[in-house]
Amino acid sequence: MPEELNYHSLAGLVAAAEAAGEPLSALVLRQQAAQLEQPEDRVFAHMRENFRVMAACIEPGCQPDLRSASGLTGGDACKMRRRVEEGKTLTGPVLGGALYRALAVSELNAAMGRVVAAPTAGSCGILPAAVLTMQEQGADEHACVMSLFTASAVGLVIAENACLAGAQGGCQAECGSAAAMAAAALVELAGGTPQMLDDAVAIALKSQLGLVCDPVAGLVEIPCIKRNAAGASIAFMAAELALAGIGSRIPADEVITAMKRVGDTMPAALKETAEGGLAATPTACRLCKQVFG
Amino acid sequence: MNVFDIIGPVMIGPSSSHTAGAARIGYIARQLLQARPVAARIVLYGSFAKTYKGHGTDKALIAGILGMEPDDARLRFSPRIAAEEGLAVTLETAEDTDLHPNTAVITLTDEQGSAMTVRGASIGGGNIVIDAINGMPVRISGQHPSLIVQHRDRPGVIAEVTDLLADRGVNICNFSLSRRQKGGEAVMTIEMDGGLDEALADRVRALPDVTLCVTLLP
Repeated sequence: MPEELNYHSLAGLVAAAEAAGEPLSALVLRQQAAQLEQPEDRVFAHMRENFRVMAACIEPGCQPDLRSASGLTGGDACKMRRRVEEGKTLTGPVLGGALYRALAVSELNAAMGRVVAAPTAGSCGILPAAVLTMQEQGADEHACVMSLFTASAVGLVIAENACLAGAQGGCQAECGSAAAMAAAALVELAGGTPQMLDDAVAIALKSQLGLVCDPVAGLVEIPCIKRNAAGASIAFMAAELALAGIGSRIPADEVITAMKRVGDTMPAALKETAEGGLAATPTACRLCKQVFG
Repeated sequence: MNVFDIIGPVMIGPSSSHTAGAARIGYIARQLLQARPVAARIVLYGSFAKTYKGHGTDKALIAGILGMEPDDARLRFSPRIAAEEGLAVTLETAEDTDLHPNTAVITLTDEQGSAMTVRGASIGGGNIVIDAINGMPVRISGQHPSLIVQHRDRPGVIAEVTDLLADRGVNICNFSLSRRQKGGEAVMTIEMDGGLDEALADRVRALPDVTLCVTLLP
């Protein structure tokens, strides 16, 4: 019964998708329509609108003269896209495409552009990078939008059992969660099984366990923008391993619990207070002075 | 929570608290003035005061005062748009450790010279609270349809207002009252589940002791 679908555990969602013989996204859409008391097509249309806002970030995010409000960042997505278009990348157009898209959305966010929090503004580049790159590789819009329901379900499980805010759990909770969500979306878009989805989420999250939130000058720029590129590459790595049938020895739900415990024991200086990590380096202090005087 | 709490909201970056929340505070201040402002004085406190340049908090507040929603792509051009529309803006920073760290105090003046001072705090994730109007404490989240009623402090005024709501089957979910002094100016803040429209507000405005009634819709 779709109304009984819940977000207490990823294992529960995987079991429900296996039992139904349907993609997880179909179950989530049905349950959300019931929860929101809206028809399924309206809930789908709302998600499609969010997807189109993500897609609309890429061109403005790739402008060479784009600069953030602080003046510290901007223009890197343009460089990465040029390298992809010239066919010079080490890793090909898929990973290269994901990297420039992650940079584009994150740099646009820093430059006061219009973005979709996914799950937060600080990690808003990772999921669009994964899904829009798959669209370029041939996935149709309907499939891309549906994959966002699967990604959201992963986010809901993490929110229920850990958290999604850097101030609460460090960057592992923001970019880590976004990469896990993106990995799940990629597995579904590639036609993987529900169990592969669980493995991809576990592998993505494991790869960022312990990552601290240490924004220079407290701004959502350094190192956040490059960590979005890192998160996008981790999402592809995790999906690629899982699709090859490589399982995670530690199931995703236990990785999520581990992430919460790591976040709880992380000192406050490493949770968005700009008092530790990169934010406390001499260069960061100089940049902080440059922006705020 | 639902999927749109995870993938959403659509917003202008870079920060839900320092940008999107600030835009909402400005937007509500504009609605409370109920007229086109010609002057805005903005005072920033705490983290807003320290980091507004990097987060575009000033631009977000001005955008809200101009009536833009938090996802309006013109937000970052708001100072220029304010100049074009004849809104004079002054911005100051101040310290007050008793206030929430993300607080802005906005005084708006309309063409007739009427002024309204609104104090708001951005409390995280784009959520805000308006906690003072014209120096009187209130508590408005902006998440429910709300009536802000300024009136003379006399016996029976609250009953007159709530009777009008009850007649329309409106359910109140939050009510607060604050006054300057006994028999003086008072403000009631009424948040409700639904059923608020201008016709209902007009009936409140027609009450003899009501001096101002503003509707806020989420």
